[in-house]
Amino acid sequence: MSAMINKENILETIRMIQDENLDIRTITMGISLFDCADPDGVKARKKIRNKILTLAGRLVSVGEEIESEFGIPIVNKRIAVTPISLIAAATDEEDYVEFARTLDLAAKEVGVDFIGGYSALVHKGLMKGDRILIESLPAALAATDVVCCSINVGTTRAGLNMSIIKDLGHTIKETARLTADKNSIGCAKITVFTNAVEDNPFMAGAFTGIGEPECAINVGISGPGVIRSAIEKVRGESFDVLAETIKRMAFKITRVGQLVAKEASQRLNVSSGIVDLSLAPTPRSGDSIANILEEMGLESCGTHGTTAALALLTDSVKKGGLMACSYAGGLSGAFIPVSEDAGMVEAVKNGSISIDKLEAMTSVCSVGLDMILIPGDTPDETISAIIADEAAIGMINSKTTSVRIIPVYGKKAGDQVEYGGLLGKAMIMAVNPFSSHDFIQRSGRIPAPVHSFRN
Amino acid sequence: MKAVITVIGKDRKGIIAGVSGELAECGVNILDISQTTLQDYFAMFMLVDMADATVGFPAIQKKLNSKGQELGMQIKIQREDIFNTMHEI
Repeated sequence: MSAMINKENILETIRMIQDENLDIRTITMGISLFDCADPDGVKARKKIRNKILTLAGRLVSVGEEIESEFGIPIVNKRIAVTPISLIAAATDEEDYVEFARTLDLAAKEVGVDFIGGYSALVHKGLMKGDRILIESLPAALAATDVVCCSINVGTTRAGLNMSIIKDLGHTIKETARLTADKNSIGCAKITVFTNAVEDNPFMAGAFTGIGEPECAINVGISGPGVIRSAIEKVRGESFDVLAETIKRMAFKITRVGQLVAKEASQRLNVSSGIVDLSLAPTPRSGDSIANILEEMGLESCGTHGTTAALALLTDSVKKGGLMACSYAGGLSGAFIPVSEDAGMVEAVKNGSISIDKLEAMTSVCSVGLDMILIPGDTPDETISAIIADEAAIGMINSKTTSVRIIPVYGKKAGDQVEYGGLLGKAMIMAVNPFSSHDFIQRSGRIPAPVHSFRN
Repeated sequence: MKAVITVIGKDRKGIIAGVSGELAECGVNILDISQTTLQDYFAMFMLVDMADATVGFPAIQKKLNSKGQELGMQIKIQREDIFNTMHEI
């Protein structure tokens, strides 16, 4: 467009940003903390704080500069660090809550929205640091505001660690109890993964994997509103037209993500990581994944046909996005968090969607059962069994799945809970009343599936 | 660096003069101007070159914002790259 003005293109971009909520969901700085490990916990935490302040000190202001110069909102700025279980294990401390506090304070000092990496990778078993981290998880989440935690419980290559899945049912309930005064919000900051990825920019599951560079910028795109309004124009057309329309829009959205990733990494002088091609909804009206599926021709999200519609959406977003960026990564798909999506909230309220349908949907999208509110008195084993089902989908299908579930303390099915901000609000969903107790009480691992042996 | 300025609002006298006056003061060169009507609204687009600008991007943005308020129009300035990357392969 050198020295020439294309009015249609300019107006389309402005309309996408102003009317259809196009934004960048997050720029997330991945920071390796390996050189912060120290036998003395106090020294280790000091190094962690210094490193975060040094590398991410300008993250928020650079993000704001980009927002202003390009006229594209960047909703969140975040940090993802090396799993703390690996760094804190160098100490002989028996509790890692102080590490969580250090992350929380450093994140607030640099002004980011969230910091992820209070994490442990335990798909095959627990190292010393993993055990301590998981035991101190409820207290860590109760003592902090912006720290996010993730636990990887399975992989396609290793199978599922059912012993830890059993323990996590209790851990999640305990976190719900300790943060009962805020509707058990601590649980909104725990993601239980299978096949976790090392470069995910989205919370609560972002951490910096061991194969990552010292510091990198990973960008998560958004834009459900843009896709919905594009497909509104092809109502009644065949599926190939529908898929093509989504691909074209996904390309445009992702190109903005790529531009922001390039600019941010250059200005901060750090590696450019990946663009995550995930359509992330927000509770704002018109920014919903459920509404896209409904626009495709479903009366309400969750009815028969929803899984097929979501499969088409996820695949088309990937196809359009892959061509638009140099390195795609992270989770790349479509998120279906319940409380963060006004259309999903409505579908729960009108009874068209259940946990069972959501579970089926996660087999064709990223990532999993997300921001689902269940009764506070749900048995520990039922929560573990929900995690096991989701983990099995991830393991067998060689994809990432996650569970972010909130047994809201003192609440029962049908009650409304409001978190505000990006976390939104939702109604408590009923769980299956029949017991999974004896299944979960077996310990050990579910072996890796036969198709994982590819060598 | 090139940027696109969009001016949207009810048509009135002195829009181009007002905006180009601000740009001249900041050493910003206008490469192209185009306009159209959107329903009842007037929209003007300017492609500008900021290579010889005497002030930074935020300062120009601030000046244009206050000019927009004075004229009762919405004035935006965005780097040209966002339009190029989105719409060109």
